[in-house]
Amino acid sequence: MSGRGGVVEARDLGVLGCHACGLVSRDIGADHSHCPRCRASLHRRGPASISRTWALLLAAALLYIPANLLPIMKTATLFDSHADTILSGVVVLWRSGSIDLAIIVFVASIVVPIFKIAVLALLLITAQRGSDWRRPERAKLYRMIEFIGHWSMLDVFVVALLAALVHFQSVARVDAGPGAMAFGAVVVLTMLASMSFDPRLTWDSPKAPRND
Amino acid sequence: MATQPLCVCEHCDAVYRRRALARREIARCLRCGAELYRDQRYGLNAMLALTLTALIVFVIANVYPIVRIEVQGVASEATLWGAIMATWNSGVGVVAALAAATVFFFPLSQIALFLHVLPALRRGRVPVHFRDAMHALRLVQPWSMVEVFLLGALVSVVKLAGLAEVIPGIGLWAFGILTLLLTTLTGFDLRRLWEIADGARR
Repeated sequence: MSGRGGVVEARDLGVLGCHACGLVSRDIGADHSHCPRCRASLHRRGPASISRTWALLLAAALLYIPANLLPIMKTATLFDSHADTILSGVVVLWRSGSIDLAIIVFVASIVVPIFKIAVLALLLITAQRGSDWRRPERAKLYRMIEFIGHWSMLDVFVVALLAALVHFQSVARVDAGPGAMAFGAVVVLTMLASMSFDPRLTWDSPKAPRND
Repeated sequence: MATQPLCVCEHCDAVYRRRALARREIARCLRCGAELYRDQRYGLNAMLALTLTALIVFVIANVYPIVRIEVQGVASEATLWGAIMATWNSGVGVVAALAAATVFFFPLSQIALFLHVLPALRRGRVPVHFRDAMHALRLVQPWSMVEVFLLGALVSVVKLAGLAEVIPGIGLWAFGILTLLLTTLTGFDLRRLWEIADGARR
């Protein structure tokens, strides 16, 4: 048994744990094996996990640019009309005195996506190198981004509700802008990216046989 | 059937021998700290009761307005579908579809799938299409965003408070309760249902 701090891995025992139903079954060595209980496909490690995650992550990072530059919300009143991006919306909230709200929206829409993209890039690079640098902390970071992932949808929902509410003929009107589309895509792509990353890769050493 | 003896950490592949847990105890992986399994607080009966309640609350949350605003005698109300339609009419159909999926269809599917699976298991039977239903549940759960929508509704209320008279509606309260119910349902370990089904009549 390999000596990783007394930890025995499933592949040391020649077994596979099923992600869908939890059943532990014998690894028959086939490339495409299925869980005998729930028929979900079993993988020693996620198939092409690293390249898939990189692809989704890069797409998310690219879309993050229009998500922040394009207006997420358009407001029209009798006197003026203007468009708000995510950041200018936060500034408006801050100036109007709702500092707590400004912080909530800032964290959900700006901090969380950037944090997620940065953490996933870090996890990918260290996993690719088989690095043993701060593995427990990396595991914790992964669990954290899994948990916070969908909270970035906050601003999209706010815009949708405001668009439904503020609809007073010619007097005042709120519409969702194209930035909301890019932003929604960023949230979905980062969620898909963190799902496709196999956290077990964090614990693999470069010498260990890897079956991607 | 007794639960199977071994357990593999989903996050780092470490293997453990299962043991019985005390009430509310959570077994964590010694190496990476991920949760392995936990003592289930609710049995099948409680789960079914929560699911039925969630269905009723879901209907209320969608029928009654979430917020109502009044500006100089003119009133306007918003429901979830009102928000989805307004987004659609703004020309960003993708966002409307995303909101409809994450706040309406996925939570509703979660409730419907539990309603399909739980009553049969409770009677000691395996429901038809059990396998597909369980896989669908596992796929749908991470994409259900009722709690985020609730926070969004609260942010909208505060945002408008200075500009108009804002009256929180029954829908808002219902979404609050729905969030609690769905969080409890999502916290249920689906692997436990697989084990119960193993011991049930096919």
